[in-house]
Amino acid sequence: MKITREQVEHVARLARLELSEAELDTFTGQMDSILSYVEKLNALDTEGIVPTSHAVPMENAFRADEATGSIGVEAALANAPLRAESFFRVPKVIE
Amino acid sequence: MKYQVVIGLEVHTQLTTNTKIFCGCSTRFGAEPNSQTCPVCLGLPGALPVLNRQVVEYAIRAGLATNCSITKRNVFARKNYFYPDLPKGYQISQFDLPICQHGHLDIEVEGEKKRIGITRIHMEEDAGKLVHADIPGVDDSCVDLNRACTPLLEIVSEPDMRSPDEAIAYLKKLHQIVMYLGICDGNLEEGSFRCDANVSLMPVGSTVFGTRAELKNINSFKFIKQAIEYEIERQAEILDDGGKVVQETRLFDPNTGTTRSMRGKEEAHDYRYFPDPDLVPVIISDDWIEKVRGGLPELPETKRARFMSELGLSEYDAEVLVASRELAQYFEDTVALFPQAKTVSNWVMGEVTRALNDDNNRSIAQCPVTPALLADLLKLMEKGTISGKIAKTVFDEMYKTGKTPEKIVEEKGLVQVSDTGAIEAMVDEVLEKNAGQVAEYRGGKETLFGFFVGQVMRASKGKANPAVVNELLLKKLQG
Amino acid sequence: MEIFDLTIHELHEKLKAKEVSSVEATRAMLDRIEAVDSQVNAYITVTPEQALVQAEDADRRIAAGEIAPLTGIPVGLKDIFVTKGIRTTCGSRILENFVPPYDGTAVARLKEQGAVIVGKLNQDEFAMGSSNESSYFGPCKNPWDLSCTPGGSSGGSAAAIAARTATATLGTDTGGSIRQPASHCGCVGLKPTYGRVSRYGVIAYASSLDQVGPLTRDVTDSALLLGAVAGYDPRDSTSVNTPVPDYLASLAKGVKGMKIGLPKQYFIEGLDPDVKRAMDEAIALYQSLGADIREVSLPNTEYAVATYYIIATAEASANLARYDGVRFGHRAEDARGLAQMYSKSRAEGFGPEVKRRIMLGTYALSSGYYDAYYVKAQKVRTLIQQDFLNAFKEVDVLLTPIAPTPAFKIAEKLEDPLQMYLSDIFTIPVNLAGTCGISVPAGFSAAGLPIGLQLVGKPFGEQEILTAAYSFERETKWHLKKAPL
Ligand SMILES: [Zn+2]
Repeated sequence: MKITREQVEHVARLARLELSEAELDTFTGQMDSILSYVEKLNALDTEGIVPTSHAVPMENAFRADEATGSIGVEAALANAPLRAESFFRVPKVIE
Repeated sequence: MKYQVVIGLEVHTQLTTNTKIFCGCSTRFGAEPNSQTCPVCLGLPGALPVLNRQVVEYAIRAGLATNCSITKRNVFARKNYFYPDLPKGYQISQFDLPICQHGHLDIEVEGEKKRIGITRIHMEEDAGKLVHADIPGVDDSCVDLNRACTPLLEIVSEPDMRSPDEAIAYLKKLHQIVMYLGICDGNLEEGSFRCDANVSLMPVGSTVFGTRAELKNINSFKFIKQAIEYEIERQAEILDDGGKVVQETRLFDPNTGTTRSMRGKEEAHDYRYFPDPDLVPVIISDDWIEKVRGGLPELPETKRARFMSELGLSEYDAEVLVASRELAQYFEDTVALFPQAKTVSNWVMGEVTRALNDDNNRSIAQCPVTPALLADLLKLMEKGTISGKIAKTVFDEMYKTGKTPEKIVEEKGLVQVSDTGAIEAMVDEVLEKNAGQVAEYRGGKETLFGFFVGQVMRASKGKANPAVVNELLLKKLQG
Repeated sequence: MEIFDLTIHELHEKLKAKEVSSVEATRAMLDRIEAVDSQVNAYITVTPEQALVQAEDADRRIAAGEIAPLTGIPVGLKDIFVTKGIRTTCGSRILENFVPPYDGTAVARLKEQGAVIVGKLNQDEFAMGSSNESSYFGPCKNPWDLSCTPGGSSGGSAAAIAARTATATLGTDTGGSIRQPASHCGCVGLKPTYGRVSRYGVIAYASSLDQVGPLTRDVTDSALLLGAVAGYDPRDSTSVNTPVPDYLASLAKGVKGMKIGLPKQYFIEGLDPDVKRAMDEAIALYQSLGADIREVSLPNTEYAVATYYIIATAEASANLARYDGVRFGHRAEDARGLAQMYSKSRAEGFGPEVKRRIMLGTYALSSGYYDAYYVKAQKVRTLIQQDFLNAFKEVDVLLTPIAPTPAFKIAEKLEDPLQMYLSDIFTIPVNLAGTCGISVPAGFSAAGLPIGLQLVGKPFGEQEILTAAYSFERETKWHLKKAPL
């Protein structure tokens, strides 16, 4: 087994996904077979190989510190599932 | 006390750029909620970050001023966690390659100098604000994203501090430096300079650190001290009872001066850092570093030493004058026009500071008596046109009206009287009126001299030249 | 020949000659959509009102003599492209009602040229899939055989070309999502070099792999549409600031003397015989046209799928964290407290394939596994990229199949995600290497399903692959065959 049901549950919590018991079972099996397949990478010796983040070399993309304008409160909130005045509204956060 | 406290500090400084770190929205404080937002800082689908070059520039400044080495190849990483004030579900930060590393600051507590290590400084974006809005019928939390994506430098110290006072000294020093560099407005109340403290105890003489608690939400120097002191007490009590300190985050409550556990709210974090594929590496050349170094302002330490060696100020005066870059600048601008540093220093630390304090702690940059005007005043005094005493009156008037000292002196007829004839008449009159005291003086009670001077000055309404008064009095009393 | 059958360049000539107006062309296209899309389901959203306004505007521009190559042309956009004021779902329930306040760069460039946007096209949810079956808005069907998938993830973009419900479309390609559906639907699909087209306003799946590209009826249109959207964009840090060549100008250069490499790892046992035959015929044709054909080796090919499914899912797990029900998108109604609002909204909003990939990516980045999976995959990515750079020292372009088989049946591979992933074996390496590839129609299977040929170019070698593709198309005319619809 590459991954256990408990690990899958833990990952679901990290990813904020509420999974049913049936989904947990299915995902455990599927992730296990995918991860077993991924095992094949270990056949390759990658000692000293530099990891690639972007295949095309790029560096130093900047913008100048100049205001380009905002979209306004109404546009910002237009898609909000719930709002209160000019705020996005979410269930109470207890600190 | 049988425990030694060990303190490390993490400071978040909000940078004074015009726009956010990854988008062109304004960073102005206090605007209508969510009015300073765009697809990028709202984390809308499809939006992409582009790095504000000024942030890199400011980070290099901070690194050079704190004796750090600057990392040549910088990579931004995503720090993944969910919170309503974090639009993308990850914060763009730096992880294994922060822009500045291995620096230090020297502090002084009760005459003892000490070096505090700086582990790292990295660039990142701020989160928005989660508030409990005062809206009738709304018991939910409210999210304002104006602050989201504002540039921050996180400055992490080594756990080198051994008392709350050292922590305060380090923070004040760091605060002074970022203000000098012009990269942070230093406003603690608005959250521009925020501090988290890692505090642990170990038995005196031990070299093994105890388990630390991370104190959050401390927004004044006073609270830092309170929070650390409370934490020392709390941990000592646990250890005394044979217990174990738990590694956790604790929230400081300014109302009670205590800290409380945030456990429960935070389930075990796994930030899953990885390089942000939307951004490209930032390569910092030696040229760039040298250019930034060339543009650095003189820092308080150097300035203080120069004020002492070149201008002959006392250590105390120099320290007071370099407290802020603006104050030091005001002083130096005045000295440039009136090159008597000691006199200028006395006036800046005396009259000028007092007037500003009385005026609702107005900042020196907004002082109505500019360095040029102050220098004019001091010149009038030096020439003998007005006395030192009158000068103070004139200064107050200048502060109130913004008028030039010449104009005030003229309007109010405050020109000092140096005419020997006129003063002699006043001297004669005083001596005549106070025959008894004259006799006592001549009988040996020389301490009365000051009394006669005072009487003559009063008669002249303060305008008589004190040197002439002295000279004449001496002659007449001896004669 | 109906108006909706025309290519961009053919319709452009007619618009220019004022034989037809943009409003007429747009109406014809909208009518065609009305007539056949219920069978194909290529469109998630059709935008007739906006399209006609844009068409009228285009006609005014044409009347004023300001015609650009795309002025007045009815185009469709994969629903991954953010469009101001037009619902943008990315094929997901979580964005079912999302109306963006801005246009992405590629869309803005099309609009500047006066293109007419007729609607938003079906796709796999968040571009995760190879069959368009993960769409919340139902599977899109293959116009050549309605019981087959059109491929994916840009299934709607390819199906609309085959069904003649758009003159041209834009798609995105992360592991083959333009080329594979283009191959399955018998159209031309080009994935440009990473950084060639701005990703600003393209909903992210895997940011280091995603790239925008055209799906068209022929190679000329591909060159034309690529030229219209390519180029540096200061709003995308990964867009590359090199000039965009005139892709049309070099189309007819021919392949005489062109060195074409056949990567031996791509011509494997399991290749469908029809696909194999189409490849053999293509190689013979290129030989007859004077190309210099030689075998090359891409030794790390077999590691590409594993590498891709770690890198892409890791990036996706972070890219999809913003769908939290706070600022936009679906929010669960009956959630109690913040934690449940998150996990329920996301559980309801995402479909199984998206959840599976988020889970996989989250796991690959999680504490204790990061080096073993993510860093390892990035290192293998380096090796795969080097394979391509080495091959391109010997040859100008590579010729390969697009997929091991023609289009498969709907629901055929749904139960076994790994089998579905493995069907992208020939397209994924190109994304990992960051270079460009094009799919060109290369014949039909015995069952009458289209088969595509892939030409892979050097980084920023779009001109070479377009030239090679154009030579092939001119000789074969496979692209002129129409789906029976
Ligand atoms: Zn913004």
